[in-house]
Amino acid sequence: MDLRKISDNVWEIPKQGDMRVPAVIYSSARLLDDIRRDMTLTQARNVACLPGIERMSYVMPDAHQGYGFPIGGVAAFDLDSGIISPGGVGYDINCGVRLLKTDYTETDLAGKRKELLAEIFKEVPAGVGKGGVTKLSRGVLKEILVKGAEWAVENGYGRKEDLERTEEYGRMKDAAADAVSDRAMERGLPQLGTLGSGNHFLEIQKVHEIYDEPAARAFGIRAAGQVLVMIHCGSRGFGHQVATDYIELMENAYGVKGLPDRELVHAPFKSSQGQQYYRSMCAAVNYAFANRQMIAHWVRDVFARVLGSSKGMDQVYDVCHNVAKVETHEAGGRSRKLVVHRKGATRSFGPGRPEIPECYRSVGQPVIIPGSMGTASFILAGTQEAEGLSFSSTAHGAGRVMSRHEATRRFRGERIRDDLARKGIELKSTNWKGVAEEASEAYKDVDEVVRVSHEVGLGRLVAKVVPIGVMKG
Amino acid sequence: MEKYKILPHTADGKFEAYGATLEEAFGNAALALASLMWDWSKVEPRVRHFVHVRGIDREQLLVKFLGETIYLFETKQFLLGKVDGLRIRPEFEGFSLEALLGGDTLSERYGLFGDVKAVTYHELKIEECGGFTVQVVVDM
Repeated sequence: MDLRKISDNVWEIPKQGDMRVPAVIYSSARLLDDIRRDMTLTQARNVACLPGIERMSYVMPDAHQGYGFPIGGVAAFDLDSGIISPGGVGYDINCGVRLLKTDYTETDLAGKRKELLAEIFKEVPAGVGKGGVTKLSRGVLKEILVKGAEWAVENGYGRKEDLERTEEYGRMKDAAADAVSDRAMERGLPQLGTLGSGNHFLEIQKVHEIYDEPAARAFGIRAAGQVLVMIHCGSRGFGHQVATDYIELMENAYGVKGLPDRELVHAPFKSSQGQQYYRSMCAAVNYAFANRQMIAHWVRDVFARVLGSSKGMDQVYDVCHNVAKVETHEAGGRSRKLVVHRKGATRSFGPGRPEIPECYRSVGQPVIIPGSMGTASFILAGTQEAEGLSFSSTAHGAGRVMSRHEATRRFRGERIRDDLARKGIELKSTNWKGVAEEASEAYKDVDEVVRVSHEVGLGRLVAKVVPIGVMKG
Repeated sequence: MEKYKILPHTADGKFEAYGATLEEAFGNAALALASLMWDWSKVEPRVRHFVHVRGIDREQLLVKFLGETIYLFETKQFLLGKVDGLRIRPEFEGFSLEALLGGDTLSERYGLFGDVKAVTYHELKIEECGGFTVQVVVDM
């Protein structure tokens, strides 16, 4: 494939064949070695062929191959001539990250860390096939699908201020429950308020280093040693079923002939299938917001019980990294509404964007990039340059480089636990094989991912955080 | 003949399943999928679920059939242990499939070690060469 180097961290696949626009890859030479090894570039080129695509098909520094769209793929489409594709969002709709700050330091936790983690482990349901503690009726679930985190706050999970510190204020307003299948409802009912498994985790972290004092201060991050809590999970079986249902519906309506990859199936955004998917996807986004809202509430409860108070445990932000949203961006020389697909990519709105809350409007939104289990994570701030570079998007994590199969062959979960313990990181899990699958060696170097993001201007580095307690599903 | 083989895949689960007939290959694919989450060979057949799915082509039929295993696990805590009486019939537009899934309800006696979220079309292949081989990638 014709891949041109534009600069140290920017590469381009020029328009060729059926491509309507070029593809741009933000990556260092080192990360590109991994990216070239799988189907990421072919997938980025396939995305560039979709109807109504604007500007470019973008690839973030942590990209790896996905289904249809690459993971770490960003593409925006015209509302009238463009499409929406479940493959551009992914199966885990609104998989995302929530970050809470605390007024505690690592020293305040000394001696209590084990108990804290054990209590969180008891309180937050996690693991394969693990149901939630909340018995829901269909009527209540429908309300949750429409109201998202707002429902959770109204029902005693968390604080009103959490909402403004959540993307979309915790509620996608276009959500509707009427086009959601019975199957999705059935899978959603038992799983609300659960962490799940796979790459999902909950970490107690401490601030390791601050790179940008003013932005850190705005985010409530004050000094090295400050304790934070990070929650990484999504819409569980509900979102997976919505994706599955609409791939089938779009196949049946539009056929699969001519698609370079069946996972790229799509519908015109304004068609009835396109709108039904969009509204159901928004419902899944809301499910995930409510899910993280409940988990955050339980975590605060545990802190209050074990350490005496959860005062100061303000939410820094909650970001979704698998989503399609209607946003205003520059394209074709003017400001227009587009449907932006971010699949394994985080929104990175810079200073001044009206969508971000007042408290962050002068520094840009917090961008939360989790590392792999037991490694560093990063907090970035959105930039104005990202608008022109990537429709205001950046990376979402480390990105896998090794198969789960290979990881379980090479690593043992119990061994990883002991190694982390030697580094002062407590680990609790329901499943040691799952821990082996998530070994940090199976992931890209997150430090390199955020360095590229910072250097290119997709997101500005604010702070590095490291885990002190890890809970795996 | 072996029923299936788990293959390496960067992010997710991938397998090939084999059969002298398309039906047998589909049935073995369901066992391969189950093997990513629990040990199906140790599941006692105490419960049965009848499944009936339709697909516009064989690929969609397979994706939907395998989706039944995930759906029954998540909503009824059903662990698949065997597939009986699997029949595939051509229809006016596409195919239909019927099968009787045998297994048990999740309890202390069984261990779970993985979570399959969805069945994908990524690198999905249905090949006939003597017998049938199907290849499937699942999202984990």
